[in-house]
Amino acid sequence: MNPAFSVVIFTTIAGAAQGLVVALALAVLAGLPLAPGFVSAALILAEAMLLIGLAASFAHLGRPERAWRAVLMWRTSWLSREVIVLPAFIGVIALWWLALRLGHATPLLPLAAILLAALLWYCTAMIYACLRFIQEWAQPLTLVNFTLIGLSSGLVLASALAAFAGEGVLLRVSGPCALVVTLIAWTTRMLALQHNATLKHKSTLQSATGINSPNLVQKSMGMSAGSFNTREFFHGRTLALLRQVKLGFIVLCFVLPAFFALLALASGAALPWVLAVLCQVPGLVAERWFFFAQARHPQNLYYQVVS
Amino acid sequence: MIRWLQELLQPAVVAEAPARVRAEQGETLAIQLALVIDLNVCVGCHACVTSCKQWNTSGSAGPLADQKPYGADPTGTFFNRVQTYEAGIFPGTETIHFPKSCLHCEDPPCVPVCPTGASYKRKEDGIVLVDYDKCIGCKYCAWACPYGARELDEERQVMTKCTLCVDRIYDEHLPKEDRKPACVKACPTGARLFGDVKDPNSEVSKAIRERGGYALMPEWETQPANQYLPRRKTDVVGDNS
Repeated sequence: MNPAFSVVIFTTIAGAAQGLVVALALAVLAGLPLAPGFVSAALILAEAMLLIGLAASFAHLGRPERAWRAVLMWRTSWLSREVIVLPAFIGVIALWWLALRLGHATPLLPLAAILLAALLWYCTAMIYACLRFIQEWAQPLTLVNFTLIGLSSGLVLASALAAFAGEGVLLRVSGPCALVVTLIAWTTRMLALQHNATLKHKSTLQSATGINSPNLVQKSMGMSAGSFNTREFFHGRTLALLRQVKLGFIVLCFVLPAFFALLALASGAALPWVLAVLCQVPGLVAERWFFFAQARHPQNLYYQVVS
Repeated sequence: MIRWLQELLQPAVVAEAPARVRAEQGETLAIQLALVIDLNVCVGCHACVTSCKQWNTSGSAGPLADQKPYGADPTGTFFNRVQTYEAGIFPGTETIHFPKSCLHCEDPPCVPVCPTGASYKRKEDGIVLVDYDKCIGCKYCAWACPYGARELDEERQVMTKCTLCVDRIYDEHLPKEDRKPACVKACPTGARLFGDVKDPNSEVSKAIRERGGYALMPEWETQPANQYLPRRKTDVVGDNS
């Protein structure tokens, strides 16, 4: 697939915001004594991230003015379900922030936020995992990785915020959690990479055309200068670049954040948390870009040769 | 007042409900229109491609945009493409011209993923269509089609696809012999057959039955309605092998 940056930005930034909100909600539900000002500020940050994500998702549409229609087919479409859950999540965070401002401490809103964050991860991942013929995506690890990478980035961000705001109580829990979740996410992402490396694609040029000859090549795709099919489904990058991006996201998204988290936990300094966030941001983008670029759509079998 | 109450209590006389247009997922339809393409006689002339473009850019599915039509790399929206494949090892190779358009699957994976309901399968004849007024251009249906049958129109920013010339095949202003998809009418060798694959006595059903019609990518169980007739080996006179 040709990765669309709108979708890459949306899924990474919303995933991190979900992780941040889940970390805050769990801390509040566990009864950690957090300053209300800190929770409010963190919720505003999460809300801003989600709104940027929402704007990015609008940028993906050819007809954004009709976007409201996308809530209609929730019975069959994971995309439609995501379109319903995302504003609900944004709304619950806004309510939670309002309740904090008005001094109403209720466990219902953090609980609802956790539930909706989990639902949103599920919907977002299922959009890709439900396409059975894109075999790189159609596996349970897609759901695991969307959730764990979101949680990892959210926990790293929450720890950085806590370190700077002097919320030692939160940092003592979120710090080790950020390290452990990042390490687990690294493992499950490597498992998905391994799964994809040994993948045997079900569709072949023979099954795509029904021509039963072991020596079958395309001579013409039917047009000379490309079409939607060649623009949307081919990234056009070299295998060498793909390998570099893969190595890059493993280092930036998992290895370095885990290392800086370890450093921060050992030294008690705040600076390593900032470094962890700073290297994880491009790492997340590279990871999601690679997720799309690695997927080989069966339609590509029909678009191999220009002549 | 009493009459009003009586009317209220009586079972309402429902005006005849408008016929449901959308087929439900997994619903078995009585009629399924489709194309059957004979790979024995397609000569790769692209007449079906140009006639499809002409009809549909001027009809209810149009206009189908072109970008840089006179530039070095022209591109545009088409519902039908003719591709060419070569099978075997030289010099014993075969050239196969392979027309490709929407297969109007009986279980179309592009339809349930559409978030707006713009993509649908017609209950009355199984044609898979896009309602251009409802499409938001999210391209998810194109991702969900293993055949690459859908193309986004770059100017209108809505998804487009083969309509089986739905604005032509029922048009009573046309002579009966013209009520066929434009590509079928244009094919000089008769490589494209059109009809109801659910009717066992139709031309297309007979062709599929008698000449081994097959579906593309059967591994995904989309049950394409369009089928292809495989090339037949012709024996050379006097060849003893």
